Amino acid sequence: MYAAQIDYHRACSLQEAIALLQEHEGAKIIAGGHSLIPLLRFRLSDASSLIDIGRLDELKGISRSNGCVSIGALTTHAELASSDVLKDACPIIPEAAAVIGDPQVRNRGTVGGNLAHADPGSDLPTVLVALGAEFRVAGPSGDRLVAAADFFQGLMSTALGNDDVLTSVEVPAAQAGQGMAYAKYIHPASRYAVVGAAAVLTASGDTCSAARVAVGGLTPSATRAPSVECSLTGNGLGEKAQAEAASQVANDLGDDLLGDISASAGYRLKMAEVYVGRAVAAAAARTA
Amino acid sequence: MKVPIEVTVNGRQYRHEVEPRLLLVDYLRDTLDLTGAKIGCDTSQCGSCTVEMNGTAMKSCTCLAVQADGSTITTIEGLAVDGLHPIQEAFWNKHGLQCGFCTPGMIMAAKELLRNNPSPSPDEVRHGLEGNICRCTGYTNIVKAVQEAAAVMGGAS
Repeated sequence: MYAAQIDYHRACSLQEAIALLQEHEGAKIIAGGHSLIPLLRFRLSDASSLIDIGRLDELKGISRSNGCVSIGALTTHAELASSDVLKDACPIIPEAAAVIGDPQVRNRGTVGGNLAHADPGSDLPTVLVALGAEFRVAGPSGDRLVAAADFFQGLMSTALGNDDVLTSVEVPAAQAGQGMAYAKYIHPASRYAVVGAAAVLTASGDTCSAARVAVGGLTPSATRAPSVECSLTGNGLGEKAQAEAASQVANDLGDDLLGDISASAGYRLKMAEVYVGRAVAAAAARTA
Repeated sequence: MKVPIEVTVNGRQYRHEVEPRLLLVDYLRDTLDLTGAKIGCDTSQCGSCTVEMNGTAMKSCTCLAVQADGSTITTIEGLAVDGLHPIQEAFWNKHGLQCGFCTPGMIMAAKELLRNNPSPSPDEVRHGLEGNICRCTGYTNIVKAVQEAAAVMGGAS
């Protein structure tokens, strides 16, 4: 299906992109286009013009400094998956990026587009909520940092204003004793997450001293799992403790669960326990 | 509103004015008459529209022609230079196709797979072609074809 007629403007700088957003009401940012173009074609978006930021070098690249990794919004999923900096500093991100879509999609889809689109079946929101990442947002009145948990505000809704551009993601580098893992139940056709679970565990000796766990795929947006985290924290990381913690996840996901023809909400909830268990087990094994 | 674009496709330069909503696959097929890239699912799942843009495989149904401005594109028509490309040859030899609709996309995706992994195992071929669907389910011969191409092109398998 063809998209409706639309105007197109190519921004030469971030400032120009923001100015173009202010100038053109109903404009949408486009980078890789892998979230937005399908929406335009199904006429699910009524954007009147596109502001192309795909060539802005200032939004590209991955850099590490002071225990923090900064990921430019235009970084592709393929770049995330193969980044040596991330494999060292935050290995759950390459692990998750490698199971986004398929190779062709990973070559074009960008971090910024993925997060701004906020699809419930997306992988990166779950991982970044678990990591406690912050998103840098540029707007007409300057830059601000938004915590990942505050950025996602429900089904395909975010804290981005009409004239805002997501410019980078800031993630804390892994610390000693930390293990992290993402476990995904992949939809065989769409390759979105039926359920995705991310676990970031810190061990001191045989005890789990801190746990951050998030779940996506079956909730309108990525959701922290405090009951699971509570159950893990202060206890050992043996199989029994892992299973006990994973069994708590239903307490954390609320009543607004997503289901469709291929996987009902009830089924996804059962699978959430399974995949939280797998993420926790893999993360625990990596704390050593 | 039409936007001027300039692209190099299979070594030839083109200049056109296009509507922003025009998809790259429609530009290639309808404007340049390069109908090798197919429109299958139309929703970036089946991979039959796969082409190479600036050296990497991508789905041309999920890219606007205006986004491709300034880029270098190779389609299936650009692969055969002096005779068939080794991957094309291998698909022929191993009968890596039934109806043939998915074949251009499979070959373009296989080309990227072999660039990143010159001697993939059968399992790695299957994962590397996850973005391409063959509705005849001819996968077994497709995997054999990619492995033969790898051997011919200098990989170990």
